Amino acid sequence: MNLDISLAPNILFNIGSFPVSNTLLWSWLVFAFLMVGAIIFKYSLKMRPGKFQNIAEMLIGGSYDFAESLMGSKKKTDRAFPLVFTMFFFILFANLLTFIPGQSAVTIQTAGGVVPLFRAIISDYSLVFVMTMISVIVTQIVAIASVGPLRYVGKFFNFTSPLNFFLGLMDLVGEVAKVMSLSFRLFGNIFAGEVLGAVMLFLFPFFLPLPFAFLGLLTAVVQPFVFAVLTLVFISMATTTNEEATA
Amino acid sequence: MEMEAAKYIGAGLAMGLGAIGPAIGEGLAASKALEAIGRNPEANGTIAPLMFVAMAITESTGIYALVVALIILFA
Repeated sequence: MNLDISLAPNILFNIGSFPVSNTLLWSWLVFAFLMVGAIIFKYSLKMRPGKFQNIAEMLIGGSYDFAESLMGSKKKTDRAFPLVFTMFFFILFANLLTFIPGQSAVTIQTAGGVVPLFRAIISDYSLVFVMTMISVIVTQIVAIASVGPLRYVGKFFNFTSPLNFFLGLMDLVGEVAKVMSLSFRLFGNIFAGEVLGAVMLFLFPFFLPLPFAFLGLLTAVVQPFVFAVLTLVFISMATTTNEEATA
Repeated sequence: MEMEAAKYIGAGLAMGLGAIGPAIGEGLAASKALEAIGRNPEANGTIAPLMFVAMAITESTGIYALVVALIILFA
């Protein structure tokens, strides 16, 4: 068996001493596409929406209403929604890109051998880790801003009783574990989908990979949703602890 | 036992045993959600997204097992 599965992305070329991997190249392309698309879309908005604008408005409006039902108030939603929806849309777009037929067959000759030019962007752990760190750090900043720095620290180091001290430490562990669980969930699902597809394709190339491709499509849509919603819930939890404590 | 063989057995065990819990949990979540939708079909729009989020959280232990198995195999 010569299945080629690697956790780390393949290096395509170097700029100076900076290695450019296939996931990095594609994430740049996706960034550029989304940014240019957003700018063009912004200037082509009309009062009487066309077909495309209608769909976009429905998608964004529906997501906004859903976010508002989770967050509770409109003010909080206005602050959190841009970040969360951008994350959702970027991951969704990056995942759906892997379903373009034939892209995995494109390979390129490099110093390290023949490597595929395309690789699912989310199956690169570095990118997922960075996005998770953004989400977790934003959550902590929101918590500090709404509770105040002293009470924020006091939540973790509580000396009123041994039990409270222990629970505070457990809270601290829980905050660190958030980084792991949030990032591994997204990365693990997408990477496992890729590996599963590759293995099935290797075992029997006709028809057998089809149901697994459907499963992958479901994962590709559900996982960005879960990532965004969990970020939203974390932010919402960080703001509501304040109200509960003062009430 | 050879190191290589032990690695494969370890990865297989980690994934297989680690998949039991999440499978039961997700089944419970889905059955309860479907029951609720069956009783009150109009609530489908609110129940289904929450079910997906709950399932994703249930799944995380399985994902940990997967990550451990991958680390055993490839790292």
